[in-house]
Amino acid sequence: MSFFTEANARTAAEVIARYPRPRSAVIPLLHLAQEQEGWVTRDAMVEIAELTGATPAEVLGTGSFYEMFRFHPVGRYVVNVCTNISCQLLGGEELLHHVEESLEVHAGGTTADGMFTVEEVECVAACTEAPCFTVNYRYFHRADPDTFDAVVDDLRAGRSPLARGAQGDDGNLPAHGTLGRLRQHIPDDRRAGVVPPEQADQEPVWLRTAPSTTSAADA
Amino acid sequence: MNDVGQSVEITVDGRTVLANPGELLIDACERTGTYIPRFCHHPRMRPVGMCRSCLVEVDTGRGPALQASCMLECSPGMQVDTESERTRKAQAGVLEFLLVNHPLDCPVCDKGGECPLQDQTMAFGPGESRFVEEKRHFEKPIPVNDNVFLDRERCILCDRCTRFADEVAGDALIHFQGRGSDTEVNTFPDEPFSSYFSGNTVQVCPVGALTAAPYRFKARPWDLEEVESTSVVDSVGSRIAVQSSRDCVLRFQGVDADAVNWGWLCDKERFIFEAYDHEDRLGTPLLRGDDGDLAPTGWGEALAAAAAALTDVDPDRIAVLGGARLTNESQYAWTKFAKGVLGTDHVDAQLGDGLPADFVLGLPRATIDEACTPGGIIVLLGPDPKEELGSLYLRLRHAVVHDGATLIELTPRATGLTPFADHSLRVRPGEAVDVVRAMFGEGGTAPIGGVTVEEAQAVGAIVSGAAVGQNRPVTVLLGRQSLAEAPGTVVDAALVLHDWIADVRFLSMLRRGNVHGALDLGLAPGLLPGRVGLDEGRPRFAAAWPTTPATKGRDALESLRAAADGEVDVLVLLGADVLTDVPDHDLARRGLEGAGTVIALDLFATPTVAAADVVLPATAPTETDGTVTNLEGRVSIVARKVTPPGTARPDWMIAVELARRLGADLGISSPDDVWAELSVVSPIHAHIDPEALAVQAREGILVSGGPALVRPAPLEVPSHDKNSYRLVVTRSMYDCGVLTAHSRSLAGLAPVTRLAFEPTDFAALGVAEGGRIEVRGPRGNIDVVVGPDSRVTKGTAHLLFNQRGVSAGDLIEATAAVIDLTVVPV
Repeated sequence: MSFFTEANARTAAEVIARYPRPRSAVIPLLHLAQEQEGWVTRDAMVEIAELTGATPAEVLGTGSFYEMFRFHPVGRYVVNVCTNISCQLLGGEELLHHVEESLEVHAGGTTADGMFTVEEVECVAACTEAPCFTVNYRYFHRADPDTFDAVVDDLRAGRSPLARGAQGDDGNLPAHGTLGRLRQHIPDDRRAGVVPPEQADQEPVWLRTAPSTTSAADA
Repeated sequence: MNDVGQSVEITVDGRTVLANPGELLIDACERTGTYIPRFCHHPRMRPVGMCRSCLVEVDTGRGPALQASCMLECSPGMQVDTESERTRKAQAGVLEFLLVNHPLDCPVCDKGGECPLQDQTMAFGPGESRFVEEKRHFEKPIPVNDNVFLDRERCILCDRCTRFADEVAGDALIHFQGRGSDTEVNTFPDEPFSSYFSGNTVQVCPVGALTAAPYRFKARPWDLEEVESTSVVDSVGSRIAVQSSRDCVLRFQGVDADAVNWGWLCDKERFIFEAYDHEDRLGTPLLRGDDGDLAPTGWGEALAAAAAALTDVDPDRIAVLGGARLTNESQYAWTKFAKGVLGTDHVDAQLGDGLPADFVLGLPRATIDEACTPGGIIVLLGPDPKEELGSLYLRLRHAVVHDGATLIELTPRATGLTPFADHSLRVRPGEAVDVVRAMFGEGGTAPIGGVTVEEAQAVGAIVSGAAVGQNRPVTVLLGRQSLAEAPGTVVDAALVLHDWIADVRFLSMLRRGNVHGALDLGLAPGLLPGRVGLDEGRPRFAAAWPTTPATKGRDALESLRAAADGEVDVLVLLGADVLTDVPDHDLARRGLEGAGTVIALDLFATPTVAAADVVLPATAPTETDGTVTNLEGRVSIVARKVTPPGTARPDWMIAVELARRLGADLGISSPDDVWAELSVVSPIHAHIDPEALAVQAREGILVSGGPALVRPAPLEVPSHDKNSYRLVVTRSMYDCGVLTAHSRSLAGLAPVTRLAFEPTDFAALGVAEGGRIEVRGPRGNIDVVVGPDSRVTKGTAHLLFNQRGVSAGDLIEATAAVIDLTVVPV
């Protein structure tokens, strides 16, 4: 009875194999767990601890340092509305108010249907495009209530709102937890060389500048 | 301090100070009399620079700057100003910050009065806070395990407890969580801080955030009286501070003895005082009356009855068992009484669960420091130190994890040190000697149990120095690996190691409190005080003692067998709960039933005591003055702090009184008298006297020397039948022993045992986990609960000794070399 799906368990093994010490993989595996469930569950932390040789307390301690790991359930879409100074001056607070009104949920809460979690956030580093909000960390610039309503309509209808001029990306907006749609795979001969730092006796393969005269098997 | 290389000259507040190479500035200053405030810095843990309290102005040639002195190694020419305006302002500022969220509940805080935060705020703090806002709030206090409570409001996030858990104990079950002003120390939800060493976090906490249940709200620090003593829970001999109030022991704290425990204690050592103070302690002598019941009586009557039983008895029909928890002085008094007055040599402090005394004394011995030499090689041929000798485990773990020592395990089951071992050879009971021979190329090429000859030889190359270079000291940790195999299996393997490895040394892992004192002082068959055999020692003792035994007597198991056969008229038990502690329960029962008069000295009415005829209440270690000898042979002081319950007496006094009633004068009227006599009769103790011990109280005094190595006859081990499982019985830290069971904090921690199999072996049984099967052993068929355990070796079955669930003692037959169990088909 394991937490990770079969496919994700394979990915986890591949991620762990990249590092000289398994516990270095804690954060990538937390991302993987969050991608699978939308948030980091207790079972996920226990399994990550087993896989990396850490204790569950260490996994929670490491993960809870980072705000983007969620240790409580969140909606399929996490809406962050900025109310920091630039956005505030250009209507960020009014936007937040509209978001709360239209979704019938206070900042920090999740809608009853589990679709949206609304959060008031500090500066998201898009002051030139204020006011702005993000959905699952995808930006919507110079937003007003109509922009937000259209995004919600799209999401509820199963359409991607990303084509609305935000990022020039017409792909689907994945559920919370998925950071990217492309999985990184590193071929064996491009790996850094799985030895602990103190045992490394040659420069890592990815640092070599001159064409290697030795075969890949020597690396 | 031993330092290699040049001292480093630095200037502290205008004074020239010589620092050791690599010494941290904060340590160099403290050593030379300048105290710098600190919270996170701890001399036995790595610096983290967490609390910033130790900021001082340091000029290393680039102008003065504030630097954390706990993170800074002394460098030549360093100019340090610990009293400058800027230093003062920085230290006061840090303290003001630390107090931003710290509640001012000192009047109800257990730490108040011994609190570094209180003290250093007084000395270095601003006096007033400018912070008027609401402090952060948490649920007060939450249990992080059964004994330790955490008040997160008081925590100043110094990282001491969490560093201890990770770095020292290796149980990283508490950790910082959250970030910034939301940071807190906590466990993983519903996963308690289950560590044998959790009490140390309470001791190192510089505020009242961590408190231990036994001491919560019991006393104020200024009401405590303190005396330094030695722990007698196990044979490591950790130094402790015994703290009491109103004649009641309230707390044991670890004391930093550099050679022994480095200030750490296991929770058993720390909380065992609750047993000494338990209301069930025996306070009056008991005598079996004509009605057959034990009834309270006076000392006069009880001693008279005991003396009458001992009068005009053939010495060959007297046996004395136990005494491993007595002080050295009481052990000497009892040896002198038993061997010198009664004339019996059927004396044994070990209860069939140890190793032959003369064999242990004849081996070249190592100290803990020698075993833990950086870069040394440690061979574990004994029990799991994490379960049996907690403080030694911490030293060993440090040596392997932080000091580059190489650990080789030759054990039947995985131990607490297995994750750090270079090689773990899983030896089935009885096969240790074959594996050790294979290490050195003796024997065939077939695998022994699960160990291939190649792996054995790889280990042999390491321990003989061939693979890793010479000059790496090799220490063998030697003890009983399993109570279900005869000691000969370990003895034979140890002899091969002794013969093959040049300059190998041995550290005994016999576990009972003062068992090594008992061996040194002759509470073992064939030995006299001073580590000498009967014949070599007789000339010295002929003058000092009325008599000496003529021939070597029986060990504990032989005495019990003799008692069962009706050959023992008087059985004296010195704190020996034979029904519980002798591995072969059937033999213990028959021995106790068959013995004539049973005289028991004890702290509690154990099942064994309930079967005695005369019961004499003895004093606990906190009520006794004297000394003990640890597993290295280190003699250190045990100090009396409180008065014993009722009329309980020290064991030596009882020996003196019984001797007097038999017309002999032991010549002992105080523990100090023993040392005067030992200086005459025991050359190995000649350099020790009460004055010398007082001077070297903390580190104690080592006793060295011993008899020539004896080579017991090799043990015949039957070959392993593929259809049977070889029984392995080990101990865990907490069991149903009388002291643990009477410590409120520890009693609930004893696990329940079941017959455990290696997972594939278990799957082949076709039983569900927790199901029952019937097994046949030498004591007949027994119905047991079973389960899988990945620490167990294939072809073996494992039980914990003296636990609820399955009684291992009912499966053990003491005469058998090994115990093979077969599964009875349903």
